[in-house]
Amino acid sequence: MKSVALKMMFLAVISLIFATAFANGPVKPKHPRADVTLKLPAGFTATPIAQDLGKNRHIAVAPNGDLYVKLEKLKNGKGILVLRESGGKAKVVNSFGDFAGTGIAIKNGYVYASNDQEVFRYKMNAKGEVEPNQKAEKIITGLIGRRQHEAKPIALDNAGNIYVTIGAPSNSCQTKDREKGSKGMDPCSLLDSAGGIWQFKADKLNQTYKDGARYATGIRNAMGIEWNDEVNDLYATQHGRDGLFQMFPELYNEEQGAELPAEEMMRVKKGSDFGWPYCYYDQMQNKKILAPEYGGDKMKQGRCEGVDTPVAAFPGHWAPNDLIFYTGSQFPEKYRNGAFVAFHGSWNRAPLKQKGYNVVFVPLQGGALNGKYEVFADGFIGGADIDSPDEAKTRPCGLAQAADGSLYISDSVTGTIWKVTYNK
Amino acid sequence: MKSSILTVTILFIAVVFSSAKNNPAQDALKLSIERGKKVYDNTCLACHQVNGSGVPGMNPPLKKTKWVLGDKKVLINIVLKGLDQEIEVNDETYSNVMPAFAHLSDQEIADVLTYVRNSFGNKASQVTEAEVKKLRDK
Repeated sequence: MKSVALKMMFLAVISLIFATAFANGPVKPKHPRADVTLKLPAGFTATPIAQDLGKNRHIAVAPNGDLYVKLEKLKNGKGILVLRESGGKAKVVNSFGDFAGTGIAIKNGYVYASNDQEVFRYKMNAKGEVEPNQKAEKIITGLIGRRQHEAKPIALDNAGNIYVTIGAPSNSCQTKDREKGSKGMDPCSLLDSAGGIWQFKADKLNQTYKDGARYATGIRNAMGIEWNDEVNDLYATQHGRDGLFQMFPELYNEEQGAELPAEEMMRVKKGSDFGWPYCYYDQMQNKKILAPEYGGDKMKQGRCEGVDTPVAAFPGHWAPNDLIFYTGSQFPEKYRNGAFVAFHGSWNRAPLKQKGYNVVFVPLQGGALNGKYEVFADGFIGGADIDSPDEAKTRPCGLAQAADGSLYISDSVTGTIWKVTYNK
Repeated sequence: MKSSILTVTILFIAVVFSSAKNNPAQDALKLSIERGKKVYDNTCLACHQVNGSGVPGMNPPLKKTKWVLGDKKVLINIVLKGLDQEIEVNDETYSNVMPAFAHLSDQEIADVLTYVRNSFGNKASQVTEAEVKKLRDK
């Protein structure tokens, strides 16, 4: 009898220890990452060269081939990881930057990176690396980052300028954001300090709004932003507004609310105006349409006639998070000077199934669309159709071209980096 | 013997059925959940999703969180007044603004919150029209 009681107690203690160990143990990845096998065109292979890095956002490649990954959440107090490849795997060889964020770019011996209000840069040493204790130089500060479209993607041109996306902290500039029946502000006062792309000097410290210039406006949130060296112009991919069906069920059905408006890839000139919040692009009618908050009826153009139009248009709410131009020689000829766009995937197509969650190739000739876009990499969600983004096992977020002409893709869910190569 | 067992069984089934049928509290809860689902689909689903999972980093989940299962007053006030602050739910931060839904009736708010508190794996008490009215009038 006594021994039975003892055994029972022993078992109870053991199970308690196990329960505690599991409850407090490291958080297991939500999804087993082995489930994800990317689908690619014939001849291409995707290899996960790094996993479990953190909340990966944008990525950039240094001249020495190192891959810089910006994290949305600090890892061991650092927001930038430096990866170096060897034998099909990439190891973290350095980490720095005590701020989380999205934007990262490398140009003329400096690493540029952003949090949601500021942009910093780090000088690289003679070996093309950032020293462990290298001090950050704050080059831009005081930008609006109000918890919606707050990320600050960056790009640099070849004339000493840096471009910063300042997303609009709003869906469609209603007086009360996303409140049904709330009117659109006219003029939309947010456009003075957000809803566009700003230009600053790449080498001047502590710049604020007054030191920069609003380079282009009417862009709700340009998550993808990249300088095109071939045609010497800035390009961007916009996250379009949502809620057409929810806010205006008398005008739009569920299907139209899911498909409209188009996500846009834009060629951005100084002074461009792409029309947000007054206008959106309808990819079925191929034109800018007056937004219903401003008197639109889903057909009328009104003040949107003459507003800048996109180079390429994609289905609604796919969320184009990054954009790069392919300049390597490893991939077949058709990819040269075309664009890759990483779509983070939708949430605002509900109640219909979510879409996007892929990397698309956009064929370009002289910077203009040359054919139809095609899905290049797919299968990130790791299974059948999904109802909500938390079911996606991985989500593509950042893109960069490797030194050998391969394509790196970052994932924001499990912290994976894939390297896509062409094997002929 | 056999027939007595049968009688007892029939009696038992009858009692169970009649109690289920005649339990007004249970019925009221069921009806409120049914009405609440319609409100949810039209008003909440776009952001909080079909399965109440929310959207990572943006719109918080409604599954198994103290925001939903805890103090009803806090929950009712979020629907009436909206929520414009970054919140943490299960170690994730969520930052999108939630607009006020004061245009919904007291009954609709009670129903949708009862639905949310009893869906997506949640189990919690009903929210009543009177509870919503009291906070709206405050």
